Amino acid sequence: MAAIAAATCLVAAACGGGGSSGALGSGTGANLQLMIASSGPAETEAVQAAAATWGKETGNHVTVIPASDISQQLTQAFAGGSPPDMFYGSPAQFDVLASSGLLAATGGKVRDPTDFYPPLIKAFTLNNTFYCAPKDFSTLALEINTDLWQKAGLKMGDWPTTWAQLQTDAKKLTSGNVVGLVVQDTLDRVGAFMKQAGGSYQNAEGKFTFDSPQNIKGLEFVQTLAKEGVLKFPKQVNVGSGDEALGKGVAAMVVEGNWIVGDLKTNYPKIHYVVVPLPKGPAGAGTLSFTNCWGVAAASKHQAAAVSFVNYLTTTEQQLTFAGAVGVLPSRPSARAAFIEKFPAQRAFIDQADVAMPQVTTQGFAAVQASFDANIINITSLKPAQMLRQLQDFSNALGS
Amino acid sequence: MTASQLPTRGEVRSAVTDKPETVPSRGRRKAVRGTQGRAGWLFVSPALVILVLFLVIPILLALYISFTRWTGFTTLFASNGPKWVGLSNYRQLLTTNGLTRLTFATAVRNNFWFVVFTVPLQTALSLGLAVLVNDRFLKGKSFFRTAFYFPSVTGSIAISLVFLFLFQGNGAINKILSTFGITGPNWLISTNGVFWNILSVFGVNPNNPPGWATHTFWGIRWWDWLAGPSVGMCVVIILIVWTTSGTYMLMFLAALQNVSEEVEEATLIDGATSWQRFRLVTVPMLRPTVVLVLTLGMMGTWQVFDQITIFGPNNPSIATPAYQSYAQSFNNFSFGIGAAMAFLLFLLIVVLTYLQRKLIPEDIT
Repeated sequence: MAAIAAATCLVAAACGGGGSSGALGSGTGANLQLMIASSGPAETEAVQAAAATWGKETGNHVTVIPASDISQQLTQAFAGGSPPDMFYGSPAQFDVLASSGLLAATGGKVRDPTDFYPPLIKAFTLNNTFYCAPKDFSTLALEINTDLWQKAGLKMGDWPTTWAQLQTDAKKLTSGNVVGLVVQDTLDRVGAFMKQAGGSYQNAEGKFTFDSPQNIKGLEFVQTLAKEGVLKFPKQVNVGSGDEALGKGVAAMVVEGNWIVGDLKTNYPKIHYVVVPLPKGPAGAGTLSFTNCWGVAAASKHQAAAVSFVNYLTTTEQQLTFAGAVGVLPSRPSARAAFIEKFPAQRAFIDQADVAMPQVTTQGFAAVQASFDANIINITSLKPAQMLRQLQDFSNALGS
Repeated sequence: MTASQLPTRGEVRSAVTDKPETVPSRGRRKAVRGTQGRAGWLFVSPALVILVLFLVIPILLALYISFTRWTGFTTLFASNGPKWVGLSNYRQLLTTNGLTRLTFATAVRNNFWFVVFTVPLQTALSLGLAVLVNDRFLKGKSFFRTAFYFPSVTGSIAISLVFLFLFQGNGAINKILSTFGITGPNWLISTNGVFWNILSVFGVNPNNPPGWATHTFWGIRWWDWLAGPSVGMCVVIILIVWTTSGTYMLMFLAALQNVSEEVEEATLIDGATSWQRFRLVTVPMLRPTVVLVLTLGMMGTWQVFDQITIFGPNNPSIATPAYQSYAQSFNNFSFGIGAAMAFLLFLLIVVLTYLQRKLIPEDIT
């Protein structure tokens, strides 16, 4: 019955308390809708608790809508002309929303707009406008199964810090049913190696730079490891992801983001592992970052209230709460010290924040990346330069 | 009313046959038809309203969208809504060399081989099953009928997931194969066409096509057009043949039960073997149903979607136009391209169905 009542509530937008009196200016009495893509009950409850506390403090009301498929549900809501006031904005949708004028430019209006990691601000900036405040983020790091590490005769604490060490360690760790390194076959993983080789996806002007010699070098390193059989993709070892590969003990090392911590705790609690920064390449350290923002719809009548809510959601205290419940990193550098103190084992993730490269947000890139990703599994028989040349050509064709 | 007042048989017949002449006037006949017509419209109006509202209008809107660039986020008639681009989407899919055309053409190629294998196999299998369970001497008939029909009533996503586990690299199928000393392929991630896999056994290098095959049609090399379904696609073929054969078996079964026993007994007396009886008597009498099953099968297989979303979003050798249309729209926010794909697929199905009708002589339908 409660579920039905809640569903009815969603349809009839104006239910619950509040009404819309004095919504724009004062930020009190507003009735906000917040659509989230929840990773599970822990996240939903954390957001609901935050919404309740803030609502009580400010005299507003927030309805949290956990979406089962946020991409589709947001599209429908926007196309229907009645989007939720606030939502998790993903980089994939950012370009579309911002360039169609559907996203309110609230990034610069929140408290301390410069207190976010620069790559995250960059991810949600279009035409020099900082549109929405980064919610949190994740970076890639190297996770090592310490039992397999010792079994291979390697010394604890002697973790790989360079490509050369990664290669030799992966070789030593590969034996029997264990693969040294398992990496998901997507640009969202192999891109880290391209960054370590000094490459980038786009230059400062936003032009694509996929076919740069540095990127080729990065991808060739992946190919070398794959040819030696010390790097495999999850499908080749019959698992769905890097998390699963490490959890099931088929991989001694994986390249995954901070979500792996919660995943392993829930699904494979017996695995012993450490998290270390990704090894440095010829151009130094590099990783990738993934992020979402607190999107505010341009059509919302409660933008001021929404900004005030975002301010509350991005306080150190709330960011640490989400870090604990969801396994994400606080998007504000000011929360860094407190995060490290509270979650020392995840230090490697946040320590790489400054060398992280954000995802491409250009509209239509999803299909381009899909075509590139599909080829990665055959990398041993393909030419990295050609793969990146094609990626460059397809990307350049976007928007034309 | 007494018996003498009743019309005789002859009078009744003449009344019926003379009807056109005895109807008083055209006006009155029209009036009768008119009220009947109005009542008719009234009775069909609920269905009609639903059809127009949920079928005709969406189709027309989709047609409109296929001529626009639309991200799907703006309302249809807003100033920042769909932008008219004329035939641009269709050009991108058909003539402009690029990713969009490559994706679509590859999907059509995949689906072509899928149809070529699935339709004959599912028709043959369902006919065979129908003949089996129609056998008068078969024991436990209703058990077999239910068993064969079962896959058809199970959810496609559920069955696809089961197949996903069966055909994994370390799944049950490969475990069974390994007991016979065969190393099974990693079914679902394999992108190579099976024809070239077979030819490579005879020393043909699949990566080294002859000169003539390097020419391209619709952005794809002839060599790749001729590669046949990928190993991954073969799994989808097996899955679809298995799940749909039950439905078509029911159609064949219904038709078989219309074949009178006298015909069968006559052939027995004439000394026909059971194979002759099947080939020369049963199949010809089932031809209308065969045509029906072939047509339905072809239309269904060109629109395969559910199984593809489970099996291979990341395997380009499995993706079909129906899936790509969805992916373009909802993952890539190019609803214009997605809609154009859907209409090209619709045209393709119409043309192929028409050709199929033409190729099969009319007197048997």
